[in-house]
Amino acid sequence: MKLTVNGEQRDLHSPPLTSLLTALREELDITSPKAGCHQGGCGACTVLVDGEARRSCLLPLAAVDGATITTVEGLGAADDLSPVQAAFDEHYAAQCGFCTSGFIMAATALIERTPKASREDILAGLSGHVCRCTGYIKIVSAVEAAAKGDVHPDKVEPSFEPEEAAVLIPGSPA
Amino acid sequence: MTTTSLAAAEVIAPVSRAEAVAAFGDGSGVTVLGGGTILMPELNYGRLRPQRILMLQNAGLSGVARNGTSLTIGAMTTVAELEEAPEPLGTAARNVADHEIRGQATLGGNLCAPAGGATPRGDLQAALIALGAQVKTAGKGGERTEPIEDFLAAGPDERLLLEVQFDEPQRSGYAAAHRPHAHAYTILAVCAAETPAGMRVGLSGAGPSGRRARSVEDALAGGASPEEASQKVLDDAETSDDALASAWYRQRLLPILVQRALDDLGGGK
Repeated sequence: MKLTVNGEQRDLHSPPLTSLLTALREELDITSPKAGCHQGGCGACTVLVDGEARRSCLLPLAAVDGATITTVEGLGAADDLSPVQAAFDEHYAAQCGFCTSGFIMAATALIERTPKASREDILAGLSGHVCRCTGYIKIVSAVEAAAKGDVHPDKVEPSFEPEEAAVLIPGSPA
Repeated sequence: MTTTSLAAAEVIAPVSRAEAVAAFGDGSGVTVLGGGTILMPELNYGRLRPQRILMLQNAGLSGVARNGTSLTIGAMTTVAELEEAPEPLGTAARNVADHEIRGQATLGGNLCAPAGGATPRGDLQAALIALGAQVKTAGKGGERTEPIEDFLAAGPDERLLLEVQFDEPQRSGYAAAHRPHAHAYTILAVCAAETPAGMRVGLSGAGPSGRRARSVEDALAGGASPEEASQKVLDDAETSDDALASAWYRQRLLPILVQRALDDLGGGK
């Protein structure tokens, strides 16, 4: 099976009923989609499939053959964050970080389809995502700021170099 | 069932309705995958290891066709596409899960969902029962069309759902008890619709699958007030304790919701 993942053509050899989440993480080593519940209930595995936010744990590979997939890895870089990523940084919208990838992908799609998203639109649009640390207020504020264009990516400074992360958590699958 | 590995499952992906019907055959040994929102957790957790899996994504079974006041909706139409459907179906669709799930889950999956281990499923069932929907299926003996309540009562095991047809109602009403968490199934939902054949009332959460409240319909036809008629609903309910609510709670709530749905009757959309 073939996928375009973050702009790159990839051939996949996982069995056709493997979830997209498992294929991304274990075959392609793309680990921003998190394996939370494997049943669609937590939102942490959300990625874009042909531009639409989808639970990667609920999609068998065979159902997305030929699709274009975007994950957090395809949004921005440490020194060139996307508006939603920059807003999360500015508003301190991540604590443990496990839910963050899913929120960022869902918020990116939400703002794409509803450019002037109100706070109510954001609450409804992100209702399938669970965070157990921040209590949502900062997350919703970050998405609200991103929807208004009230973000300042140039002010964001990477807090560490990518090599440092590997030292901090040796062998971490991230 | 001898298949033990996910990798060993045979995946069939028909590219037309005729191919899908032929591949389904009489349904034996076939597991149908629509949107995947119900089936994938079973595969991910190893609770289900299908022999043959029929994937309907490209089988030409999605879409809403309108002919005057008649709507025909393909089994693979997503719940998101039904959010603007005539009431009470639109409201029922908007109340399903969350944005991402609605974009993936299908009408067919909602009607064919087996009762969950922890709770009844199928939030669209009450609406389609109220609308007097006819269900077209394929399987042993060929295609057949039947009232949705008959299809739900028999269970979907031996039939491949193709499409659902109904006429827009003159008036409709909706009342439901939800959990605050967006993702939970609805505790109870009551839909009412005034059709040329009279008032129809459908229930979700009042039994293993959606059911028709004929006792309420008959009472209304006999001249009972909504308040009087709503008290009859327990004759058609088969409530049980589950993860969302107790049978005791449902029995007390159900007549109230029936009355609210009848009071909610507005113009058709």
